[in-house]
Amino acid sequence: MADYNKPLPKPDPITQTYWDSLKAHAMQVQRCNDTGKFFFYPRGISPYTGSTNISWEPVSGRGTVYAFTVIPEPRRAWPGFGPDAPYVVAMVDLEEGNARVMTNLVNVQGDGESVEEKFQHVLDTVKVGLPVKVVYDDVTEDITLAKFEPA
Amino acid sequence: MSISGKAAIVGAAETNELGLIPDKPMIMLHAEAAMNALADAGLTKDDVDAVFTAGLAPYEIAEYMGIVPKYTDGTAVGGSSFVIHVSHAATAIAEGRCEVALITHGESGRSRVGQPPRATDPGGLRGQFEAPWGLPQPVGAYAMACSRHMAQYGTTKEQLAEIAVATRKWALLNPKAFYYGQGELTIEDVFNSPLIAWPFNRHDVCLVTDGGGALVMTSMERARDLKQVPVAVIGAGESHDHAMISQMPDFTSFAARISGKNAMEMAGVTHADIDLAMIYDSFTYTVLVSLEELGFCGKGDGGAFVSGQRTAPGGEFPMNTNGGGLSYTHTGMYGMFALIEGVRQVRQAYVDEGIRQVPNCDIALVHGTGGLLSSAGTVILKREA
Repeated sequence: MADYNKPLPKPDPITQTYWDSLKAHAMQVQRCNDTGKFFFYPRGISPYTGSTNISWEPVSGRGTVYAFTVIPEPRRAWPGFGPDAPYVVAMVDLEEGNARVMTNLVNVQGDGESVEEKFQHVLDTVKVGLPVKVVYDDVTEDITLAKFEPA
Repeated sequence: MSISGKAAIVGAAETNELGLIPDKPMIMLHAEAAMNALADAGLTKDDVDAVFTAGLAPYEIAEYMGIVPKYTDGTAVGGSSFVIHVSHAATAIAEGRCEVALITHGESGRSRVGQPPRATDPGGLRGQFEAPWGLPQPVGAYAMACSRHMAQYGTTKEQLAEIAVATRKWALLNPKAFYYGQGELTIEDVFNSPLIAWPFNRHDVCLVTDGGGALVMTSMERARDLKQVPVAVIGAGESHDHAMISQMPDFTSFAARISGKNAMEMAGVTHADIDLAMIYDSFTYTVLVSLEELGFCGKGDGGAFVSGQRTAPGGEFPMNTNGGGLSYTHTGMYGMFALIEGVRQVRQAYVDEGIRQVPNCDIALVHGTGGLLSSAGTVILKREA
């Protein structure tokens, strides 16, 4: 874990609860109590009403792919991500509604050995609308990331 | 009070060169383009009393050029900023707050000389909620948005490629274009170019160049006494509905739906009145979704709209006649170049260059998109002969 060389988030006083929930492998997302609607990323006010009448709620970790891109090979990767290529960056709509998170989809490369085979498997597997579920990845002692895999 | 027709663009120019300019820092690209635009207008820097820019701050440009303005605007919302500056300058001129407005752009996008570094604060929102996922920016953001349009409306990679192919044909008519003299592109060429971020191949993605551009604006009364045919700003609109791509409410719709509608309403024009569309083309998808949002076609019909080379030279919908960000130049914030081409077409500056001049081009729509489909600025320009 010490050699993790990708960008790491630095939680702030408002987002800390979210990052703590991932560390506990029990994702929480904020909800606006006036409208009952969830929202993401964490804020100090509701984006629907402007009110501070908001609360943290546990979520199931299930959702569907809203949109995605595939980075096909290491030389197209963002710095630090080359070894992961071909990799997927996706937007996932959580099943609770109104909360959409950016993530990496994992366990979608198949058993192929070459980058080309893996890329084709990714493209055959990942679709808009694909049901997915959360996979907690403890990338450092302090930070856990919420990745997703096909459900 | 409507500002429609109260102000005009009277000077428009690029830097001396475009493409690879390793010997000039970003701020000099602003200044060089500014002096060229003032010369085009027949004015001097001492006439300027308002400064508008993005990328650098207005006081940095004004300091470098030795200008002390009485009006300043550093609206910086990505590549659409300069289109929005035209709107703000027209408003300030109409209100009498200033008389001669200078709008500058310069970017060392390729050589990165004197260009502020791109940095993401790990404690900021992008640092926390996007940076951990390795999304190549900005290409990956637009690729994700495009994937949603393809799934929702059946838009195809062939339809996206039509835009790249048509835009290249225009570039072959523009000696300043990066790809001038380098031959036509086919849909097969687009498919065979390297995959950058699915669904985008290399030719779905804009150039990365060095260069700059600038505009000079003044009141319509003063414009009539200057050397160029005045290009009136008859409509303007602007908006944004997110900053980060992960916060885009609907990946198939963006703020152009607001900027375009407001610009056309102010101008009192319909789509049939538009002789030329200059549509920001950072990526092929940017064009396709903009055409829908601006109302040139129905929602989801963008792919069909651009098919059959309708936007190419000689096609029924002239678009991006300079060769666009895809094949002419794209410094990073391209909007200035779309404006310059719109001004020149409306002046009918290419009337001796055959098919390069859009026939009877009296009204142009110029649309800028900024950030990650985040911001939009639209202006309607009209020849005042």
